[in-house]
This record gives sequence, structure tokens and C-alpha cells, in this order.
Amino acid sequence: MGKLIDKQRVVQHMNGRLLRNNVLKFLFFLATLFGLIVLVVLLYRIFTQAIGWLNIDFLNNFPSRRPENAGIKAGLVGSLWLMVIVAPVSLILGVGTAIYLEEYAKKNRFTDFIQTNISNLAGVPSIVFGLLGLTLFVRELNLGRSILAAGLTMSLLVLPVIVVAAQEALRAVPNQLREASYGMGATKWQTIYRIVLPAAIPGILTGSILALSRAIGETAPLVVLGIPTFLAYLPRGILDTFTVMPMQIYNWTSRPQADFQHVAAAGIVVLLVVLIFMNSIAIFIRNKFQKRY
Amino acid sequence: MKKSKWFALASVTSAVLAFTTACGGGAQQGGENGGEQLSGNVVVDGSSTVYPIVEAAAEAYAGEQPDVKVSVGLSGTGGGFEKFTKGETDFSNASRPIKEEEKKAAEQNGIQFEEFKVAFDGLSVLINKDNDWVDYLTVDELKKIFTSGAVNGDDKVKWSDIRPEWPNEEIKLFSPGHDSGTFDYFDEVILDGQPLNKTAQLSEDDNVLVQGIAGDKNALGYFGFAYYIENKDKLKAVPIDGGNGPVEPTHETIQSGKYAPLSRPLFTYVNVQSLKEKAQVYDFAKFLLENGAEFVEEVGYVALPEEQYQEQLKKLEGLK
Repeated sequence: MGKLIDKQRVVQHMNGRLLRNNVLKFLFFLATLFGLIVLVVLLYRIFTQAIGWLNIDFLNNFPSRRPENAGIKAGLVGSLWLMVIVAPVSLILGVGTAIYLEEYAKKNRFTDFIQTNISNLAGVPSIVFGLLGLTLFVRELNLGRSILAAGLTMSLLVLPVIVVAAQEALRAVPNQLREASYGMGATKWQTIYRIVLPAAIPGILTGSILALSRAIGETAPLVVLGIPTFLAYLPRGILDTFTVMPMQIYNWTSRPQADFQHVAAAGIVVLLVVLIFMNSIAIFIRNKFQKRY
Repeated sequence: MKKSKWFALASVTSAVLAFTTACGGGAQQGGENGGEQLSGNVVVDGSSTVYPIVEAAAEAYAGEQPDVKVSVGLSGTGGGFEKFTKGETDFSNASRPIKEEEKKAAEQNGIQFEEFKVAFDGLSVLINKDNDWVDYLTVDELKKIFTSGAVNGDDKVKWSDIRPEWPNEEIKLFSPGHDSGTFDYFDEVILDGQPLNKTAQLSEDDNVLVQGIAGDKNALGYFGFAYYIENKDKLKAVPIDGGNGPVEPTHETIQSGKYAPLSRPLFTYVNVQSLKEKAQVYDFAKFLLENGAEFVEEVGYVALPEEQYQEQLKKLEGLK
């Protein structure tokens, strides 16, 4: 038996490859760590600042000139009202667009054109959507500075993200499933409704919740629309004026009195809690219905 | 199983809905007091500098007239006028007088307005507590320090470049960012449109400026008078010589106009048609002027002399 395998050379090669593997592993770990550390520092700072300021009164008070009386009630309720518009409008329009593009649309230049535009829209600065909303919803459609006008503007803002996410989710549904469904004599709509959509829901939800989280944290477009910061009343319907949490936080951080920084931190904690609550609903649904193909 | 998926999806939205309506049901507190009870909306928007004053007024007003819905926004002086001149708001707060083109826009849309002064705002120029050499600065010296390339064509300015007896150390500059009204004001009266010194550290957050100046012996910066009052123990204000000898920024010197050119009036503009047609707008304007001094001081600005509020109240009555 001659030497078919030169052990020496194998070891030499392996060492180099293992080293490279370890270096890369370390680099990727560092990348993960970087984000985590920044997040921990941020959370630590916010929570230490918010302690003592976050209480029932804070949740129950309207904005105030005195830091100790300032509360987030108007912002919290306003943000949730905003979601009442943004969630259904952006989900229905976004998923609808994705179904059309993925399941119905023929592959041609027109479809490509729509596709490119949607991807580009996802990168348009939010303030531009604010200007669009101001001209179209607030002025042309005469909706004023209402929840409806702001909700529609925010829906437009997050729509591209939802469309792209939903498209990816639909694309990930294996074709065999569709073909099996057609084979059983199902129509296209039956296939989409009963087979494709249920399989795609976890993916669609993941993307949508990211998009909705963005909508609840945006300030710039609302400032452009002229949504007020101070309100001493709650909206009663979708045509009322309102204010949102990020605008309150933005205002508090820019106040000279040092105590307002604590109020801002408390506001951020409330915003984070709402975000985590929204995210956990989505994760719950996703885990419940996740199937792997 | 399939049905429950749709149910779950629907529950995301309905959960949000249910929570909001539950919260939205909160009853309005009823505060009975003498005089007639008004209702309706008062829409205020404009400068974020003036915002705290009107917020304070609106908050107190809600106790007097619980059914009047006052909303106050902060889209900035320019953004506020853009809406005001289209008749979309009743009040527009401004940290500068209305511009010619804004007046024209109002005219074209048939909007009549009246200007009211609500307070004074001062810019304070600040140094570190340990800085014992700067006794005062003239407007020209300030301009020299803060203008790009004004000293030897270089942005690195030393104290000794300004006055030979001062230390031979570089001045660390701090300035509010270009988006702030404070910078606009400084740009107008000191820089005169010239570019700002490139070594200046910029921040939109005035608290960062406070900390920067408090932490460096060679620091020099400026920001609103309100921030100085809040941080009096950490920083030192520099008296400014605008041609009539050095003047320190204090309530008195800002109110009397002696602290020139670094103090300015803050305005609110009122839509005259709203004043005439909406009792609540008139009432709120009256409330703002009657109690203005108190709110202004509470949020850290300088009130007008009492007689100026009285004069403006008379002007307001004449408009009804």
C-alpha cells in the first residue's frame, strides 16, 4: 500500500482552514456583540432614567409644562388609534398587492416596472410621505389633521415593506402545494385562499409587524402633516385630531428642564412596551402556525 | 384549524381596536366655574421655541374651559406660517416676525392676521466655570471667533488671537445645529450669513452643549437663555458688548432690550376672522395675554413688561 494520503499535507491544509474558520466565526460573533452591547447600554440608560417617573400618573396624565405632571395618555391612545387605521389598511393593500404580483401578474415589463417602483419606494425618506399626505389627504381630500389622514399617510409609508415581505413569503410556498391543489380541481382563488395564504401567514406577519413597528415610531411625517403635540383631550373617532408617543418624546427631549429628560425616558419605556407587546402577538401567531416544507 | 388562522390574524387588529376604545372612553373632567362655558376647537401651530409657552397656557386653559379643545403643534415657524396663511390654523407661533412672502400668501388667501408679542428670548454666550480670563466679548469679537476663516484664514482660533493678553490655547466652539431656530437667530445677528467656524461642535440637543462647555476649560458656546437659567451652576454667561458697553444676560437686560443684539421677541399671530367668529379663539387669546407673564417665566423665558401685555389686550379687544 503506497501512501495515497499524505498526512503531513492534510494537517498543514487543515490547520489553515480551521484557523480561517475560527477567525471568521470570531468576526461574526463580534458583529453580533456590537449590536447587543449598544442595545444593552441604551436600555440601561433609559431604564435608569425612567425609574421613579414611570407610574400610573404618567400613563394617566396629559402633556404638561411641569415635568412631574406630564403624562403620555394622549400619545399612547393616539398611537393605538393610529394603528387602528394603519394595520388594516396597510395589511389589506400590501398583501393584496403581493398576491396580485406573485400569483396573478404575468411576467412582463409592466410588472417589472411596478416591482422596481415598490422596491424604490421602500427607500424614500419618510418626510416625503409626510408632504404627500399633507397635499393629498389633509388638503385635497379635506381630512384635516385627523387620525384617518395620518393613518393613510403612515400606511403608504409602510406599504412597500409589507408588499416586499409578503411577496417573499408567498414565493417561499412550494409550488408542489399549488399544483396538488389544482390537481384536486381547486380554482386559482381557492388555492390562494386555502393553501398558499395559510402557508405564507407566518412570513407575512413577520414583515408586517416590522412595518407596523416602524409606523408607531415615526415622527417626521406627522410633524409635516401638522399633527399637534399638546392635546388635553382624547380622540373620539377617526376624524378627530390626536397626537402620538414619538412626538411627545421628541418634545420632551428638547426641553431645557433636566427633569423632562426623565419624562422622555419614561415615554420611551412605554413605547418599547407597546412595541414588544405588538411583536409578541406576531411571534405567537407565527409559532402557532409555522410549518416547514 | 384553517378558520382559527384567520381568527388569529383578525385578532391582531381587533386587540388593538378593543384597547383603544377602552382607553378612549375616559370621561372628561368637568370643571365648573363662573362665566360662560365655551366649546369648539382652537388650533395652534408653529415655532418649537414658542411651543412651551402656549402649551402651558393651553394646559391651564383646559382647567377653565374643559370643553374647548386646544391643540398645539410644533412644525416650526416657517411650517406654521405655511398652514396659517392657508387658514388652516387659528394661531401661528413664531420666533421671528412674519416674512414679506408669507404676508403675500396670507393676502392671496384672504387671511387677515394680527401680531402679538408673548415673550422675550435671549441667547446666552457661555464659557466654562474655570475660565477666568474672559470678562466680556464684543459683537465683533464673537463674529471673529465664530465665522469660518475670520482669523488668519484658519478655523483654529486661539484666545490670544482675539486679545493678546488671553491664553495661547485653542478655543473649543459649541453651537446648536443648523436646523434650530437658535442657530438661525445667531446666524442673522452675529454671523451675518457667513459660514460657521468648521471646528465648532454642533448638536441639536442643547443638553449636549451644556455638558460640552461644562467639561472643557477652553470652551465657548451659545444657546437659549432658558437653558442657561436651568444650568446656571455649571456654566458662566459672558457679558456682551453691542456698542454700549458690556451687558450681562439677565431678566432685566433682556426685557429692557439693553442686552442687544442677542435678545429677541417671540410672537404669536392670530387669524382675525377666527377671533371674530369663534368665541373660544378670542377667549384663549385673552387668556394667553392675561396670564402670559406667569407662563413665560415658568417655562424659562423672559416676560414682557406688564404694560405691554395690557396694551396688547386693548388691541385684542378692538379686534373683536
